[in-house]
Amino acid sequence: MAVPYDSAAKFAEYAHPEMVVTTEWVSRHLDDADLVVAESDEDVLLYETGHVPGAVKLDWHTELNDPVTRDYVDGPGFARLMSQEGISRDTTLVLYGDKNNWWAAYALWVCSLFGHPDLRLMDGGRTKWIAEGRPVSTDVPQRPQGIYPVIDRDDGQIRAFQDQVLAHLGKPMIDVRSPGEYSGELLHMPDYPQEGALRGGHIPGARNVPWSRAAAEDATFRTRAELEAIYAGEAELHPEDDVVVYCRIGERSSHTWFVLQHLLGYPQVRNYDGSWTEWGNTVRVPIARGEKP
Amino acid sequence: MTTTTLHPRLQDIADEFNGIPSAERLQLLLEFSQDLPPLPARYAEHPDLLEPVPECQSPLFLAVEVDQDATVHLFFDAPREAPTTRGFAGILQAGLDGLSADEVLATPGEFSSQLGLQDLVSPLRLRGMAAMLARIKRQIRERHR
Repeated sequence: MAVPYDSAAKFAEYAHPEMVVTTEWVSRHLDDADLVVAESDEDVLLYETGHVPGAVKLDWHTELNDPVTRDYVDGPGFARLMSQEGISRDTTLVLYGDKNNWWAAYALWVCSLFGHPDLRLMDGGRTKWIAEGRPVSTDVPQRPQGIYPVIDRDDGQIRAFQDQVLAHLGKPMIDVRSPGEYSGELLHMPDYPQEGALRGGHIPGARNVPWSRAAAEDATFRTRAELEAIYAGEAELHPEDDVVVYCRIGERSSHTWFVLQHLLGYPQVRNYDGSWTEWGNTVRVPIARGEKP
Repeated sequence: MTTTTLHPRLQDIADEFNGIPSAERLQLLLEFSQDLPPLPARYAEHPDLLEPVPECQSPLFLAVEVDQDATVHLFFDAPREAPTTRGFAGILQAGLDGLSADEVLATPGEFSSQLGLQDLVSPLRLRGMAAMLARIKRQIRERHR
């Protein structure tokens, strides 16, 4: 039986309200047999310190990436991972994590490459769950093995590669990094190590809208009206636009991808996961410096 | 070929990590993060005395003291929400606190790569641990001539 959607009024405004659930909704549905909650964090040990009771862990670094090639897992690898976590193709998969759900959105985007039918993000993520004093557990659930078919990864719809971004120059693009990274002053986030790219700056024409602007103080997504003021207003995106988003390695931009694709309903949004660590290291691609697109 | 030998206390920690299955190593790292002692009042009340380690992905601050007899004492501060960084600090605290300045200075810079964590933790984080060690050694050299 399908797991019902969260009917929260704030979500009804979004283009795809079925993609988000509240912490309250999750706490009521934890025991649903057709639902699996998964935590995805930047810090690989955070899940072990305590997580939503019954939640499994999906690690971006060791599980969603190919261990050798800079790419995501392939169809057989994804099927193995999902089955092992007790996730079947018809499971409702609810993701949440630290840092305003930034890694959870990344995991959701990777699951979307395999077209998992029912994916949802817990609004506010780990921060909100803990701030509300909801229960956490260190028990690792022993779920029965899931039944997951091998699905070919589809990189054509929501993923952009460098040659496609070169062909996209002049069309709408959002750089979600911090202003210092965008202007070329920094090669990494403020307070993070300076590494990863030989050149600083941004892809010519890209507008700078830091990903965190889509999040409110309590880590939840801003309302549809607030998001429209930012993306349609300030960033001047039009309803039919084909948009490319990027950051440093494609994780922060997954958060903005989720906002544009699922909350605002833009028809084509692609995440360029090569992002600045590819572009800023590539010989002879155009780069713009400074605060202007 | 030169072999860099680890101090027995660090070697014990490395052996402990490498002696268990990969899946259990994160749990051990978590234990080190939980065992990291809190800052004594003289640092807790004066965080300006601590040196930041910006190479770590999460905020980490450290202080180094060297006694008259060259015994080294290490102090770390990292938030509870950053257990990996705390775990690395815990390993260095457990492995190096109380050793002599020369023993700490002899610790190979690539110690962080000898814990069998490469497949579990991103390289950027392991470099953060190497940076903590490098800053500890620099402080010792400044204080102990």
